[in-house]
Amino acid sequence: MLRKTFEGEIQQLKDDVLLLGSMVEQAILDSVEALKKRDVKASERIFAEDAAINKKRFDIENKLMVLIATQQPMAHDLRLLASTMEIISELERMGDYAKGIANINIRMGDAPLLKPLIDVPRMAQIGADMLHRALTAFVNEDVEMAKSIPIQDDEVDALYNQVYHELMMFIIQDPKTIERANWLLWVAHNLERVADRVTNICERTVFIVTGEMKEIKATDDEFWKGQHS
Amino acid sequence: MTQPSTERSPFVLETKDLGIFYGDFRAVASVNIPIERHKITAIIGPSGCGKSTLLRAFNRMNELSTGTRIEGEVLFEGENLYHPMVDPVEVRYRIGMVFQKPNPFPKSIYENIAWGARIHGYKGKMEELVESCLRQAALWDEVKDKLTQSGLALSGGQQQRLCIARALAVQPEVILMDEPASALDPIATLKIEELMQELKKNYTIVIVTHNMQQAARASDRTAMMMINHERSGTVIEFNETQKIFTNPKDKRTEDYVTGRFG
Repeated sequence: MLRKTFEGEIQQLKDDVLLLGSMVEQAILDSVEALKKRDVKASERIFAEDAAINKKRFDIENKLMVLIATQQPMAHDLRLLASTMEIISELERMGDYAKGIANINIRMGDAPLLKPLIDVPRMAQIGADMLHRALTAFVNEDVEMAKSIPIQDDEVDALYNQVYHELMMFIIQDPKTIERANWLLWVAHNLERVADRVTNICERTVFIVTGEMKEIKATDDEFWKGQHS
Repeated sequence: MTQPSTERSPFVLETKDLGIFYGDFRAVASVNIPIERHKITAIIGPSGCGKSTLLRAFNRMNELSTGTRIEGEVLFEGENLYHPMVDPVEVRYRIGMVFQKPNPFPKSIYENIAWGARIHGYKGKMEELVESCLRQAALWDEVKDKLTQSGLALSGGQQQRLCIARALAVQPEVILMDEPASALDPIATLKIEELMQELKKNYTIVIVTHNMQQAARASDRTAMMMINHERSGTVIEFNETQKIFTNPKDKRTEDYVTGRFG
């Protein structure tokens, strides 16, 4: 077969993206788990480990540059490499959200959680699950699967909405809770963004296969409307 | 042939169900492509798929070998290029050609350009024409002090630009290029490609190339050729170059441009 070496390098590249994705997925779940348990030590570890995610992203980016320079990719190959560049950037930013959540837990110090975390871990679980499936769709170049994932973003948005209103109630009832409520709002916001970025990955996967660049869905407008009404 | 009218079609050349035969063998079949004015059209495809044969049909160069004939039509400015009243020599003035291997005449640089123009009946100031053609071919600055030297003393890349200047001397509308850079080093190749971008402002260019990166870099539209089940070459996909190289519609084009053909 022609281009056997190149095919092998593409496979290796996809494996690297999967590895980066699993690091990010774990960081998201761990960051929320540490917050839930108020385990500052664990958060410090997650905060430090973000450097490994960043390094992995740069390693993959470098490999991509070398492949583009040496293999002159065209058509599907070109779409795959260009999209992978986007996808690893999305993953790295998701890693930053996990780091942000870890940082909140560290900065909270001895202050207890405003409320037991129920919806926030659910948001993390759904986001991580979406990410996992989005990367499976990417590796297998499965358009139908990629298109089916962003609908779950609605669940995350609904949970965020719920958390938001709940925290607003705390603030209204007792303005002294503002800072603690705000911390949790940031955590929820970060998780809401994770789901949005998963949608971007799914859009890239569809583009790799079909060559068509379009948004899979955009319910965000509705979401924000509900937020400020 | 009549001179082009003021309201010209966007297509300088157009093929209609064009087939090209060598004796009984149909080397090219059913080609329907328009060649857009002031654009660079690339013809790509694997070896032996009829790219050069198709290119040569655009200025009736195939007829120089015996036993060739065509079916269908080639329209040049809307008129049948193969009409019995059309003089093939006149055709080759208006549709010039540059070949794979630079082939300057064994004459001075000046004469390489002046010769064809003189035969063609050019009545203007020859020095001006020579300078203008050499400038258009981005060669003037390199040769202006040695116009009396032999064209064969130039480097390969310079010789190829001299051949382009020579083609321009008879004021063609179209320049056909058959692998014009395949015998040149990468720098000389890029110079030819840059030159093509300049030339397309005044001329229409059709280029055959084996080098897909060259087609991707230098052309506006690309015709992908392939052998069909009857072993005749035909155009399987014709589109804007950026579409051919980022999102081709035909699986065979995809396999070829990604290097998986064969």
